[in-house]
Amino acid sequence: MKRQRPRSGDIRVEAATFGYAGVLALDSVTLQVPQGALLAVVGPNGAGKSTLFKALVGLLSLQSGSLTVGGRPPMERRTATAYVPQREEIDWLFPATVRDVVMMGRYGGLGLFRRPSTDDRQAVDEALERLALGDLGDRPIGELSGGQQQRVFLARALAQEPSLLLLDEPFTGVDAAVRDSMVEVLEGLHEAGVTVLVSTHDMELAASRFELAVLINHKLIAYGPPTEVFTAEHIAAAFGHQAVFLNGMVVVDQCCPGPTHVH
Amino acid sequence: MLHALTDPFAQSFMQRALLASLAVGVVCSVLGCFVVLRSMAFLGDALAHAILPGVAIAYLLGASLLAGALVAAILVALGIAFFSRQGTIREDTAIGILFTAALALGVLLISTIRTYSSDLTHILFGNVLGVSHGDLWLTLGLAAFVLATVLVLYRRFLLSTFDPVHAHMVGARPETMRVVMLVLLAITIVVSLQTVGVGLVAALLVTPAATAFLLTRRLPYMMLVAAGLGVISSVAGLYLSYYLNVASGAAVVLVATGLFLVTFILSPRRGIAWRRWRPGMAKNRVGRSL
Repeated sequence: MKRQRPRSGDIRVEAATFGYAGVLALDSVTLQVPQGALLAVVGPNGAGKSTLFKALVGLLSLQSGSLTVGGRPPMERRTATAYVPQREEIDWLFPATVRDVVMMGRYGGLGLFRRPSTDDRQAVDEALERLALGDLGDRPIGELSGGQQQRVFLARALAQEPSLLLLDEPFTGVDAAVRDSMVEVLEGLHEAGVTVLVSTHDMELAASRFELAVLINHKLIAYGPPTEVFTAEHIAAAFGHQAVFLNGMVVVDQCCPGPTHVH
Repeated sequence: MLHALTDPFAQSFMQRALLASLAVGVVCSVLGCFVVLRSMAFLGDALAHAILPGVAIAYLLGASLLAGALVAAILVALGIAFFSRQGTIREDTAIGILFTAALALGVLLISTIRTYSSDLTHILFGNVLGVSHGDLWLTLGLAAFVLATVLVLYRRFLLSTFDPVHAHMVGARPETMRVVMLVLLAITIVVSLQTVGVGLVAALLVTPAATAFLLTRRLPYMMLVAAGLGVISSVAGLYLSYYLNVASGAAVVLVATGLFLVTFILSPRRGIAWRRWRPGMAKNRVGRSL
């Protein structure tokens, strides 16, 4: 079979093992994600979801195996990758407005001094509009609700015009309406050919809105369409005694924070 | 009235003191914004104490005390960056180890000097009224260097401080920026030695920037306001020192502290008074900080 040239959003992971100083985080993962995929990364806390994301942006080197994004090492592709951090990782009292933060998505192309061009401003305006933040551009980020805060970082990622987008638990602490509007934006990117990876605890959401899911817990347990991934057997393997089986239903006890502030 | 303002600066030592104070006030406040936003206050204080051995060695060798301080501060800054790199040990642990070790070495060296003069006391508490021509030029040069570096790397400093992962991905090199900031911090502390000394440097780094943090909502304005507060504190402190005949470094720091307290109580949006009278805002803030 003739091997195709990798496209910019292709992810190829082969027998990759990741870890920090003596701790094994993910063992021997093999995974191929085609460009434009909308993939939910599901697993219990500490399963290695963040580790996988760190490796995908070149912040963590592999202990063995290989990992490429668009056929290149992640470090070389990092400027074409956008990342939406968990909300707790951001200092919300930082003196910056919504527009300042979204403009940070454009800084990769601006170097040290170049002023934002009309194109840059337009990309920022479009991103704000798309996430219904148009009226909040001059608002300090500390004066936003939880759902608005999460959308600011998705807007920054849009402004960056990436070929790969990673979102780390983006739906934690946002209400269903905000979550659905965010998923719609992600589906739009997916249709535009951007590869989107979302780590989430929400298996229900992963099963209903994502075309692909991967279940991990220190190793890859299952990868494929959600109907094939979220079987009782796989869930038991991923969540162990956290998973309880009741009359054909699976209940997973996850100690994750619920919505703290809704808007 | 006008005479009261101009009289002090008729003498050349007071003119030198004013220039040195202004340089220190501006550079400390501007870099201090990053110190405050990155929670590096402990580090600044530690670095200030850690330069003591450099000063002591310079004194023993008969070399420039400022040069000795500069070498020591940069070595300690790079040491902290090295030991806490890749998270082998936490940064505050690395600081705790190096800062106390350097301080101990400084005390040990000083204890061997039987007749150490007032110079070492001045390093500890500052002596802006005794700034020589040579020291003034060195102070101005280093201050200009720090300010220029902050301006050139402003965008990278902003990105690295706000979200290091994103900074990494847009090519801002947050790890390198951290080391650069440590070195700038070391230089700034040395520049400040003459006006406020080792003991009070941290106040100049943190207080005007913290006041500006309360008053502004965007980083460029925070830096401008902080610089203005640094200038006001330095000049007002010098006048107090001249007319009340009190230690100038302490006077500068207390003026800065006074400005902070007034702002803390009265500032719009973030001040205590504002929050009390606008309960809705306060509730919102508590909700967000959870």
